Amino acid sequence: MAEPIRLKELAKKEDLLTSGHRMCSGCGAPIIVKMVFLVSEYPIVACSSTGCLEVSTCISDYSAWKIPWIHSAFENAAATIAGVESMYQSLKRKGKIDREIKFVTFCGDGGTYDIGFQSLSGAMERGHDMLYICYDNGAYMNTGIQRSSATPFGADTTTRPAGSVIPGKTEQRKNLTKIMAAHDIPYVAQASPSHYQDLMKKVKKALEIKGPKFLNVLSACNRGWRSSTDDAILLSRLGVETCYWPLYEVENGVTRLNYIPKEKKPLPEFLKPQGRFKHLFQPKNEWAMKRFQELVDKEWEDLLRISVTDQK
Amino acid sequence: MVKVAAVTGNEAVANAFRQIDPDVCAAYPITPQTDMMQRFSSFVSDGEVGTEMILVESEHSALSACIGASAAGGRVVTATCGPGLALMWEMLFIASGMRLPIVMPVVNRSLSAPLNIHCDHSDAMGARDSGWIQLWSENAQEAYDNTIQAFRIAEHLDIRLPVMVCLDGFIISHSIGRIEYLEDEEVKQFVGEYKPLNPLLDIEHPTSYGPLILPDFYMEYRRAHAEVMSKVPEVVLNVTKEFEKLSGRKYGFFENYRLNDAEIGLVILNSAAGTSKDVIDEFRERGIKAGLLKPRLYRPFPYKEIGNALKHLKAVCVLDRADAFGGSYGPLFIDILSSLYFHTKKPILINKIYGLGGRDYLPEHAELVMNELVEIAKSGKVKSVIEYIGVRE
Repeated sequence: MAEPIRLKELAKKEDLLTSGHRMCSGCGAPIIVKMVFLVSEYPIVACSSTGCLEVSTCISDYSAWKIPWIHSAFENAAATIAGVESMYQSLKRKGKIDREIKFVTFCGDGGTYDIGFQSLSGAMERGHDMLYICYDNGAYMNTGIQRSSATPFGADTTTRPAGSVIPGKTEQRKNLTKIMAAHDIPYVAQASPSHYQDLMKKVKKALEIKGPKFLNVLSACNRGWRSSTDDAILLSRLGVETCYWPLYEVENGVTRLNYIPKEKKPLPEFLKPQGRFKHLFQPKNEWAMKRFQELVDKEWEDLLRISVTDQK
Repeated sequence: MVKVAAVTGNEAVANAFRQIDPDVCAAYPITPQTDMMQRFSSFVSDGEVGTEMILVESEHSALSACIGASAAGGRVVTATCGPGLALMWEMLFIASGMRLPIVMPVVNRSLSAPLNIHCDHSDAMGARDSGWIQLWSENAQEAYDNTIQAFRIAEHLDIRLPVMVCLDGFIISHSIGRIEYLEDEEVKQFVGEYKPLNPLLDIEHPTSYGPLILPDFYMEYRRAHAEVMSKVPEVVLNVTKEFEKLSGRKYGFFENYRLNDAEIGLVILNSAAGTSKDVIDEFRERGIKAGLLKPRLYRPFPYKEIGNALKHLKAVCVLDRADAFGGSYGPLFIDILSSLYFHTKKPILINKIYGLGGRDYLPEHAELVMNELVEIAKSGKVKSVIEYIGVRE
């Protein structure tokens, strides 16, 4: 990207998601939303699916959103924003509106990977000019940490708890970023708030591209991950450094790894601070830990094989 | 100038949409609605309308996109039927709860299982308490006229609620009938410019749609919705009067067919009313004072006016094209019963379930029911309050 993103300049900008919202202390989601707003040079109309971010930012007569914002249901953020965007295109074509507006969704993994997947896939295929951002915390955190298809292998959740027979989730997580790339849309990327320059560059780039864009962002949840409230960014960084959450983008079919750790950290470094993986450190679950590492390694190697890279 | 044409119900409604030229239409194909949206899509492809067409991947997304589009600030339409309406169910309440004036023809179709694509009213009856306004239509002309009036009702600044325009699947949607079209310009003028209210696209005045509202205030919002519903009848009547001036066609809350001096009567929705009216005429010719009430505004239900129109009769049969399984009677019957409850003088009521899944409703059926009513009026005795007709027992 040509212009560097200067924090000093961004710090002068108004927060478009106000403080005083009711997200948990240490939650990754509002950090991500703020980064998106800070880097956007356009007015944004946003949409959220039902979830933590939605219920905590617009309660009764109080809204933390200083931009136009809509929530309609859990499973349809993509269709809802597609409707907003279509009205915009219609009114613009008729000369009733002339300014450039961008359309962005902020949805959790449940509303994206699972119940909202059809709506998302449909909106992407239809080519709406929108940026769909998923803040992926790996479970249905809002309803009480139930397993989603984004839940990582081995994680303890309330609907697939680590018990004496079943060691948490026994399935591999759905690779949604890859699935979205397979839609052959102009831009798909993965980001993490620990690497904020990378995240904001991606948002900036995506907002300049016409058509459907998808951005998957790792979002720490101390309630569900059973971690310290001040570890959101640390854990996000470990997710990237262990290659659990590779930072990459797929632009017009070309996959580019944006960050290769100097030294790929072993997966347990990411898992250790999280109570949801505590059981994987028991000797009887050694096989599960090994399996989890293999899954991460395989995705990383596959990415290395198909990617061009930003760094040598 | 009146333009007379022979068209299907679907074509008539598609033409109403063409004349109105909505800003956005999101729709998903489902029989027997398909042909309506195909025709409208041709208008879009041929540039006869400036509508942005969203060809969504499900009815759920159709209504979701309509909700987004309507909140964005423009005129929005969709259309569906049967299972499609069922798939929209959650979104129906969201559309009405957000007070979005979406207009949606519902080409009435049965619900699965067993799978059946033909007409009954189970779909719209299931949605009758979803906070939408419902207008029902006997034929293509009424479907066309109701569609045009629906925009004025939905978009009225005291109302701002979505409207369903119900017409019978295949029987009306696919049969060709005579219709009088209004001129394009007349329709455009009647419907007028869309007035956005707190549009999302007004960047200078950011609005939040769809907040979380807990027990401290949720009930006040529901109460406000009920209050708005109570204002709908007056708006419907005013729009109806204006429409009559334009078209010469008179509408009200319901059609009163030879009811004023009647002793026996039928209450029936949509296309089957046409068949019934012929039989009523035959009974009248034989000197039997028969009449019919065909509800048009079904939600909100004009209890008072309907009760007053029926209270002097001796015996009335309410015909339901839907059953309410496990309830005592069909849904229309329960409403009619309620409308008469507070009257001291009221007719004896019976209920027939007919025409499910497209089963023909024939003049013979109406005749049998009316013969039964003649007997009841005479003897005061009822054999069975509720019964299926036209069925193999």
